[in-house]
Amino acid sequence: MFKKLASWDSIIILLTVLVLIVASVVVDNFGTSRNFTFMVLDLMPIILVALPMTFIIITGEIDLSVASVLGLTSSLMGWLWNHDMAIQTIIPLCIVIGAVAGALNGFLITGLGLPSLAVTIGTLALYRGLAFVVLGDSAVADFPFNFTGWVTGTLGDGSIPNVLIPIIAMAVVFGVILHATPVGRALYAIGANAQAAHFSGIRVARTKLWLYVVSGAVSGLVGVLWTLRYSSARADNGAGLELAVVAAVLLGGVSIFGGKGSLPGVLAGVVLLTALQNALRLEDVSGQALNIVTGALLVLSVLLPNIVTTVRGNWQRRRLRQSAAQ
Amino acid sequence: MTPLALQKPRKPTMNLLKTRELGILLALALLVLYTTINNPRFLSGQSIRDNLLNTAILAVMATGQAIVVITRNIDLSVGSVLGISAWTAATMMSDHQGLPMIVAILVGLAVGAVAGLLNGVLVRYGKVPALVVTLGTLYIYRGITYQWAGGSQVNADKLPAHFLNFANDSLLGIPWLVLIALLVVGGATLVMRNYRVGRELYAMGSSPQAAELAGIKVARNLLGAFVLSGALAGLAGVLFAARFGTVDASAGTGYELNVVAAVVVGGVAVFGGSGTVWGAGLGALLLTVISSALAVLDINQFWQQAIVGALIILAICADRLVAVRIARSLRKRDAHV
Amino acid sequence: MLRHRLAVTISAASILTLAVAGCGGTTKKNSSDTGGGAQTAASANPNAQLKTGLKIAYLPKQLNNPYSDVETSGGEAAVKELQGEYKKVGPNDASASSQVSYINTLIQQQQDVIVIAANDPNAVCPSLNQARSAKIKIVTFDSDASKACRDIFINQATTEGIGESLAKMALEQAGADGGQIAVLSATPNATNQNSWIAVMKTELAKPEYSKLKLVKVAYGNDDDQKSFQEAQGLMQSYPNLKVIVAPTTVGIAAAARYIGSSSYKGKVAVTGLGLPNQMRQYVKDGTVKKFALWNPADIGYLAAYAGAALASGQITGAQGDKFTAGKLGAYTVGANGEVVLGPPTEFTADNIDKFNF
Repeated sequence: MFKKLASWDSIIILLTVLVLIVASVVVDNFGTSRNFTFMVLDLMPIILVALPMTFIIITGEIDLSVASVLGLTSSLMGWLWNHDMAIQTIIPLCIVIGAVAGALNGFLITGLGLPSLAVTIGTLALYRGLAFVVLGDSAVADFPFNFTGWVTGTLGDGSIPNVLIPIIAMAVVFGVILHATPVGRALYAIGANAQAAHFSGIRVARTKLWLYVVSGAVSGLVGVLWTLRYSSARADNGAGLELAVVAAVLLGGVSIFGGKGSLPGVLAGVVLLTALQNALRLEDVSGQALNIVTGALLVLSVLLPNIVTTVRGNWQRRRLRQSAAQ
Repeated sequence: MTPLALQKPRKPTMNLLKTRELGILLALALLVLYTTINNPRFLSGQSIRDNLLNTAILAVMATGQAIVVITRNIDLSVGSVLGISAWTAATMMSDHQGLPMIVAILVGLAVGAVAGLLNGVLVRYGKVPALVVTLGTLYIYRGITYQWAGGSQVNADKLPAHFLNFANDSLLGIPWLVLIALLVVGGATLVMRNYRVGRELYAMGSSPQAAELAGIKVARNLLGAFVLSGALAGLAGVLFAARFGTVDASAGTGYELNVVAAVVVGGVAVFGGSGTVWGAGLGALLLTVISSALAVLDINQFWQQAIVGALIILAICADRLVAVRIARSLRKRDAHV
Repeated sequence: MLRHRLAVTISAASILTLAVAGCGGTTKKNSSDTGGGAQTAASANPNAQLKTGLKIAYLPKQLNNPYSDVETSGGEAAVKELQGEYKKVGPNDASASSQVSYINTLIQQQQDVIVIAANDPNAVCPSLNQARSAKIKIVTFDSDASKACRDIFINQATTEGIGESLAKMALEQAGADGGQIAVLSATPNATNQNSWIAVMKTELAKPEYSKLKLVKVAYGNDDDQKSFQEAQGLMQSYPNLKVIVAPTTVGIAAAARYIGSSSYKGKVAVTGLGLPNQMRQYVKDGTVKKFALWNPADIGYLAAYAGAALASGQITGAQGDKFTAGKLGAYTVGANGEVVLGPPTEFTADNIDKFNF
């Protein structure tokens, strides 16, 4: 019980609930149903991209190119739409293109054995650059209303946004895979010790390759949703989102070294960041102050557990020494 | 003491041919040649001066980054450190018009060093990975700058003339900015190659545990690397303010990507332990020349970022290839013994 | 083997996608709905009193932009005169999507008027329409949003007026022999810059401008450093350039700084639209002879009065509606809900010290 309480992901979940409660009471207009809709729309891109990112970081790798894949698919979506392709074709095609972009990452990392940090910094620039090559600095805006309206709309006339359905569905699927299947256990094993995992029969390279494909596909999907939400296909869509996603995942208690973390923790991390941002904005606190809060939370999310471990280790050692002396 | 000393000296020409830096020089030469054929003005005095001035700031930052990366760490906060230092220098100079340039430079270095020290302490004593720490301080330092600057801006007309002239003045025909960059890159290259502390930094990057066991003062060296990276980013901030004359809270946003790109393209391996500082400087020069060549060749400017990305990937593929070949030849030699 | 299977999967997915394509669907050509906002068809009451205590919020393109600071300072003064509550919020970067969260927040805070300079005419539309259905009046300034999602647009000057003035200043400064000129603009999709450049091109086609040759339109993205480098690139590509026309305050300052510190100083004239405070130094050292701008503070000022008139029911934004904007006098709403501020002011070494913005 004591151990459970001390784990970072349960702390972050508690903290998130606390922030939500306090904000609803203290901040005017925070707890309204319309604000709930706005918040869900704001956290949609981060939460969706964070799902595969969690898997990837748990295996000890990273994917910094996600926001650029988002921008690339958004650009392509606009370009294809301008070239008179049907939106019903464009959307799946964009997801496939995202998957291909992810597959290239995966191939460079698992096929050639290159470090994922360097590869995805490279493709971060490459995919964003291609996004600009495709659409330049122009914007495409005339997407059909029954698509854009669905993304910003709510179920019936209520306050539950339509996009909450895919968010929940995907979170459940990813959560079940991670926490209740052999695949999920394999991911933790790879992150804890890739070599040991390999020798125990887990196909490490293949698993990682698929993770990057999935990450690319989800980023492609988010590119589509982003474009429809703002009814604007642009090459700079989602720029910098990778930092927010990585911050949220780490904040949710996933170790950057791999092998540790849980999906509920990550979901709480995303909600915490978005809710704080929303509440501070309603209180007219500048967005800049939020930068400081995000950065500090990120560092603290790793620093505090380390300090706790060190202190507890010292304490146990002292007790051992005392009992040995007696 | 140094790993180099253990190797038998081979023919220096052969060594030079094999270096990664030669590849960059070659690429650079081809690019300049092609561009000049298309537009001879690319090699005019003004154009060379512009390119070198544009490289200077990036090269200064790439020097610090290269050293940090050699120790198997990374510093993503450099863009934000540049911002906070540029803002500090600009507000200070506009409030106290009489201050000499050297004060601005020292203040910039100091601001950067403090920021770098915080990074180093968190990495070393907080045992937080450098990627996480500097991603966090990227947000924090930028946030502090925004809080401080608000929406305001320091314009060229509020800055003293000697401060702005510093970016254009030159010594013996070489602009000050370029001299500073040469000094920083050259000095760091020398220290990293020939001095004990330099070799220790390489050793730390090759194997952190082994370095610690070998009695290297890992903590001191690591803090030193981060402080240096911060201080150089701070210096870059002052140079930025002098060169561009207009500073607001967003100065240097996204620079970290260019800096890391310059270092990686310059042949410094992200897993530490290999690469040179002057390679990183060449990487900075190459990236700068590419962007100005695109403007001169009238190629759609939007290709620039894609080309940079492709270059990074090409560079790490090349490094991997070289590493595999070296490992194979080492294995062969062992087999013969 | 493994890679093989991946390739097969992906190509299978692509084929499936293309198969769907064959079945037709919604394309650009056959979709015509725009999803325009719910327009409340209220009638104007020209005699309505301006309400006090109105909450008027300004949402510029981005916060740290000296030009929009001047605009909103005019707004702040006007809101004070109107005894309303002034507020300014905004993102740190001028990206299309970052404004949307701020609009949402303003809706939650139940403002009466949102005065916005749109970063993207369409990306802000759904949110602005949500605001309007929450009875918030929308005034755009500086850069318009789609007509369907705002009530009034404060136009700094007519597009024709600015385009003509840019062409005229270029001709004056190229000298008697004319020569090559280039434009250093903001972003390639900046709404107002593009329309000014279009007018300028029509002007240049006229016989009196036959000696001027527009060789290139470069884009500095309203980013100081990028504009600086673009100016540099222009001089390398076109060494005989006579005039750089920059219809953006960021571009003209960067171009002046580059030319002033290079060997081209005195040979190349820089002109366009700039802020007197930013340009003073270059006007005094001779790099810049003349440039123009409207008074940006007046734009914010006019926007506040237009917003208050809307919120008080004095006007609805229909063509022909009339209202009074404090010290600026009477205005009439033109076609498409546009209100034009007036002609731009030209600044030279003789008069620049009279202006402080």
